[in-house]
Formats: sequence, C-alpha cells, structure tokens
Amino acid sequence: MANTAESTGAAMEISDEVAIQINGMHKWYGDFHVLKDINLTVHRGERIVVCGPSGSGKSTMIRCINRLEEHQRGSIVVDDIELTNDLKNIDAVRMEVGMVFQHFNLFPHLTVLENCTLAPIWVRKVPKKEAIESAMTYLERVKIPEQAHKYPGQLSGGQQQRVAIARSLCMNPRIMLFDEPTSALDPEMISEVLDTMIDLAQSGMTMICVTHEMGFARKVANRVIFMDGGEIIEQNEPEAFFNNPQNERTKLFLSQILNH
Amino acid sequence: MTDISYVKTERHESLPPPKSEVGIIHWLRSNLFSTWYNSIGTVAVLYLFYLVVPPLVDWALISPVWDAQSNQDCRFEGAGACWGFIGARINLFFYGFYDMENYWRPTLVGLMLLFLAIPILFEQVPRKVASGGFALFALFWAIWAIGGIGTVASLNLAVAAGVFLFLAAVAIASYLKAPRSACAIAVVAAFPWLSVSLLYGPLNVESLQSGFGIAIYAILLIGGGALGLWSRQRRDALGTMVGFLLAYAALVIIYMSWGMDLTVQPTNTFGGLMLTLVLSVVAIGVSLPLGIVLALGRRAHTMPAVQMLCIGFIELVRAVPLITILFMAQFMLPLFLPEGVNFDNVVRALVGVSMFASAYMAEVVRGGLQAIPKGQFEAADSLGLNFFLKMRLIILPQALKIVIPGIVSTFIGLFKDTSLVSIIGLMDLLLIAKSSVTDSKWLGLEHEAYFFIALIYFVFCFGMSRYSIYLERKLHTGHKR
Ligand SMILES: Nc1ncnc2c1ncn2[C@@H]1O[C@H](COP(=O)(O)OP(=O)(O)OP(=O)(O)O)[C@@H](O)[C@H]1O
Ligand SMILES: [Mg+2]
Repeated sequence: MANTAESTGAAMEISDEVAIQINGMHKWYGDFHVLKDINLTVHRGERIVVCGPSGSGKSTMIRCINRLEEHQRGSIVVDDIELTNDLKNIDAVRMEVGMVFQHFNLFPHLTVLENCTLAPIWVRKVPKKEAIESAMTYLERVKIPEQAHKYPGQLSGGQQQRVAIARSLCMNPRIMLFDEPTSALDPEMISEVLDTMIDLAQSGMTMICVTHEMGFARKVANRVIFMDGGEIIEQNEPEAFFNNPQNERTKLFLSQILNH
Repeated sequence: MTDISYVKTERHESLPPPKSEVGIIHWLRSNLFSTWYNSIGTVAVLYLFYLVVPPLVDWALISPVWDAQSNQDCRFEGAGACWGFIGARINLFFYGFYDMENYWRPTLVGLMLLFLAIPILFEQVPRKVASGGFALFALFWAIWAIGGIGTVASLNLAVAAGVFLFLAAVAIASYLKAPRSACAIAVVAAFPWLSVSLLYGPLNVESLQSGFGIAIYAILLIGGGALGLWSRQRRDALGTMVGFLLAYAALVIIYMSWGMDLTVQPTNTFGGLMLTLVLSVVAIGVSLPLGIVLALGRRAHTMPAVQMLCIGFIELVRAVPLITILFMAQFMLPLFLPEGVNFDNVVRALVGVSMFASAYMAEVVRGGLQAIPKGQFEAADSLGLNFFLKMRLIILPQALKIVIPGIVSTFIGLFKDTSLVSIIGLMDLLLIAKSSVTDSKWLGLEHEAYFFIALIYFVFCFGMSRYSIYLERKLHTGHKR
C-alpha cells in the first residue's frame, strides 16, 4: 500500500498482514441481488471509509464481515478464519470484530458499566473485577467514566454512541466496524463521537466505517470506497477520491453530498 | 417601523402555584365535580355506596356470630354472618380431608415455601435478615421436633434431621452467597422433592424393589458422579452436566422412594386451600419455564421440526377448554399409558393444568420476544454471545419485563382456574365450600362459606397483582430505550 498522500490518514502505519479478505462475494435477499462480486482486501491498521447512496448495500457488506448477514457465494476470511456455517468460526470471528450501530443498540436493562462488562465476563471469561477495571479505562477513553452507573435511557445520543464504542472495545477486538455511527445524532453530538473514532484510528485500530462524514474521511481514512447498486464502483486514497473521482456515478454522488 | 429587537437580561424566578391549583378542595373540584354530569355521577356512586356498604359492614363485622356450635346458634333476629361456622370448619377449608394428626406436614411445606419465596421475590432482603430468618426457622423446628418425636404422628428422627439440615443449609448459603440465588437453588433443586415426601410420603418406585434395580441406581449415582468430576477436571462442560445430572436424578429417585419413612397420605385426602395451592404453585412453577421454552421453540425458524412441534402443542392446548383437558387427563390418559402405569388423580390434574398454563404462557412470552427490536439481537450477536447467553442475559430479561402484566394475569387466571378440578372430583377450595354447607349441622350457610373463600381468592390474586406493579416499578430503567 503506497502512503504518499499528505493527509494524516494515509500517513499512519499500515502493515502487510491481511486482516480481512473478501473474494468474489455475492449476496441475495430472496430474488434481490444485493451484493455483486465484492472483492476487498483490508490490511491490519487500515482505516476504510465506505460511502454510497442509500440502498447501495454498504450496511449489508459490512454486516457480512461479522456474519450478521450470510453471504451465498464467494469467501470472507477474517483473521485467517473463514466464515462458513460453522458456529465455532462465527463466534471466533465475532470475538475479534467489534461493531457499532447507527442506533447504538445498547442494552437498556443494564447499566453502562454492565453493558461494557457483560461480553468480556461471559464470552471471554474475564474475572469480574478485571472486566470492571478494563471497562472503566475504556469509558475514560471515550470520556464518560462518570456515567458508568447510569442506564442508557438516561444518556444523550452522543453519550450512548460513545458507550457503544466502549462496549465493543472492551472485547479487545482487532477490527472495528462502524455502520453510520453519527447519522442518528444531532449535529452538536456528532463531533464528540467522531473525536472518539479519530482517537481510535490513531491508536492503530483496523476500521471499516460506513459514513458520509467526509471531513472524517479526509482526516483519518487511508482509503475511501464508493458503492452503488451492490457493487464497489471506485476506491482510492481520500485526496484522489475527492479531488479527482473517475466514475460518473461517483462524481454525481460527490456533487450531491458536497454541494448542500 | 417598530423596533423588533429585544434582549432579556434577567431570569424570571419560579413562583409557588396559585392556591386554586393545589390542595384537597382543588382535587375534589377538578376530579369529582368538574362538570354537572360528573357531579351527578359522583353523587350517584356515593348513594350506591351508601346502599351497599353499611349493610355489608354490619353483616360481616358489626353483628356476626363469632362462636357457634351449629347453625341454630346463628338463627336469631338481627344476627349477621355466622363466622362461628367458618371457625368450626376452618381445618376443612385449609386442609380438606388430610389426616388431622399430620396437619403439620402441609403447614411446614407452606412455611418453607413462604420463607424461600420472600428473598426470591424481593431482591433487597438483606442477607443477614434472610439467613437469620432461616436460622430461626431451623431453631424453632428443632425445638418443636425434639419435643414432638414419638408424640406427633409420623414425625421421626429422619424427618427432624432432614428438615433441619435443609433449613440450616439455606441459612448458611444465604449468608455466604446472595440470599436470592441461595433460595432459588433450594427451590429448584431440593424443595420439590422434600415437599413431595412431606405432603404425600414415600413414593412406590418399582424399579428400586429388586436387588438388580438397586444396583443400577447405585451405578448411576456413583458413575454419574465420577463422570461429572472427571469431565470437570477436563473442562468438558457437557460431560460435567450429564454426569452430575445423572447422579442427581438417581439420588432424587432414591430419596423419594425412601421418603424419610413418613406415612403415606393418599392424595384423595388432599383438599381445600392446600390443594388449591399445590395445584397453582406447581402449575406456575412449570408454566413459566416451559412457556419460555415453547415460545423460543415457536420462533426457531432454523429448526422447522421443533417449530412445528411447539406450534402444534400451543395451538392444540389453547383450542381446547381446560375442563376438557382435565376430563381427558382423567379418562383418556390411561388409554395411552402402558398397562400398570397408574397416575394419581391429583398428578393428572397437575399435568393438565400445567400444560394448559404453559400454552398460554408461551404466547404471552412470545409477545414479549416480538417486542424486542432486532438491534438487540444484533448487538448481542456482534459481541460474540451464543444463543443461550443472548437469550438469558439480553433478550429474556427485557422480553419478560415487558410482559409482566400478561404473565401475572395468566398466573391469576390459573390460580382461579384450579377451581375447575372440582369437576373431576378433587376437593379444592370451591368444592369444600360447596360441600361444607351440606352438613346437616350447618345447613344454609352458603353466604359465609362463599364469602370466605372469595376472600381467600381475593387475598392471593390481589397480592399477585400488587407484586406485579412493584416489579414493574423496580425494573424500570430510564425513560425509553
Ligand atoms: N432484510 C432484508 N430483506 C430484503 N431486502 C433487504 C433487507 N435488508 C436490506 N435490504 C435491501 O438491500 C439493499 C441494501 O441495503 P443496505 O441496508 O445494505 O443499504 P445501505 O447502503 O446501508 O443504505 P443506507 O445508506 O440507507 O443505510 C436495499 O435495497 C434494501 O432495501
Ligand atoms: Mg445502512
């Protein structure tokens, strides 16, 4: 991977090790061909932003990576584990891949701290005390340790999303997936979540992020992927992607989101 | 042109509300007399109260006969309710035709259930209070039992020691662990078998009557225990579970056939409140877990066979009236069972009522599962929780919380529906009341009998309803999801 561009994004370290390998992947919902021949190689430490018009299959693609959706053809290999119907493999992949959702999906019946410690305790079998300590460090990292004993219903949207990020991080994932993490938030809360994500990117986390926050893409991404109609249409380094898009559909999309 | 710019420089302080917005007069005016038709309604209801309440209070509380030998004592001008009748027959209402000498057995079971239920139902019971309660209970039991052995019917050393050990174990476990989990474990793992022995006596287990059978049970017990220990060392969860379950099952059967050497009390002597409680407690205890399993099975889209089975059971049972199920359990079950297997009448009623309640419970629980947004399942999946953890930690706590009112309604309905077993000849509370007034000494006292059992039903049902409100409040976390 060349990293010559000036943006901070491309300047960060990327290793040669492959984190995610998607080959010739197709997916159908019934008759509807949602994903068509997806090929994608993600190296460890890469920060990829996926954009594209609504309904283009962005969410579906990243949800295939932790098997929230099943693909029907082609292969997906995450951390050298191939995703098949084997439940063991699926669980192994899910332990390594964290996911942050558009609507946070915190567990409303548990406190913030319990949200964060539940999976480490029950899935990774971390002793309770250790799990609490590590959860508190992550809550500090997303800057809300003082909310630890509140319930999600008592927090603002931005705070909830930061808890959701902390909850994923508590599992010590090697890869993080974000599905439009800021699009359900009010404008003044977007930046607090983006700051957390930038911080995460700078720590070297492998990230795939579906978002239309182009400022974020320019700042941290080392690669931007544009999808339309279930296909990857174009991908490039952020500077080149934004300043010099090649495909007509990319140009149209960019003109729509940048000009209002 | 006028100047539209305006800047406020000070904050307005909060003032107390005007007099007309607070106080009792305000409440009366805005709630009972807000409009002319509301006022008429209020007055009409007050008049109705005036017609009904004073005579009822007079009948039940002011001029009843508290002490009576027969209905003759209650037949005079101005006599109210004949509560003396209830007093004289109270044992019949509570225990049916259970052997009088052995009343202590159901009483003990009831007390133990009460003591075990409180820490489970109310999480905030401090561990000192809970364990102290059980310790005191054990102490009283020991004192009573020491004086009673030899004089109280069928109380022997094994019973005295067994019950004492059980209570002491719960007391210690409540102190060391959380009382709630200690009591929950006791209720699931030991209390049922202990109560069967206490209420009924030793079971007749035919397979334990030959030397060969005993050998098999011994092998199951020792082999299962060994398998469990061995698998545990190898960290093999399945082997551990299977091994210990086998040993546990063998142990339970051996224990039940011994039954602490109590005398057998035939189930056809069970009656009154005791029978009603046995039926409803068992049906409640079975229907919630079985209902959850059925509801999950019905949603198991990836396992069509399981799904069909669950749908079939739920729809079949719900499509048939409880009375029919009871009749079928009574007359048709023997047709399907192998020769010689003979189910007791009370057991049949238990099976019928539990099945019926489970089918309804399954649909109530499914309603709750349906209400959980897909995102919760996905979040749990993405964290790597397997199916059982996801259900137990994330989905069911939320789903059950949503349907608490439905679950409790089902319980209340179930509690009252147990009165239908009178139709297959079981002497539950209702049939006892009905038959008690046919006694020639107490003819014509239907009012008292039915009023009394209505009161008992009300106390239990109202209690359940209040508990559900308490639980909903306690589980309320934050404003919305
Ligand atoms: N469960 C489903 N069953 C059938 N079709 C679906 C399902 N989920 C998504 N789709 C369809 O698949 C297509 C891709 O959906 P997807 O959610 O991946 O789009 P997206 O790019 O994330 O869009 P958005 O920006 O609106 O989130 C859409 O046309 C959608 O209608
Ligand atoms: Mg989407």
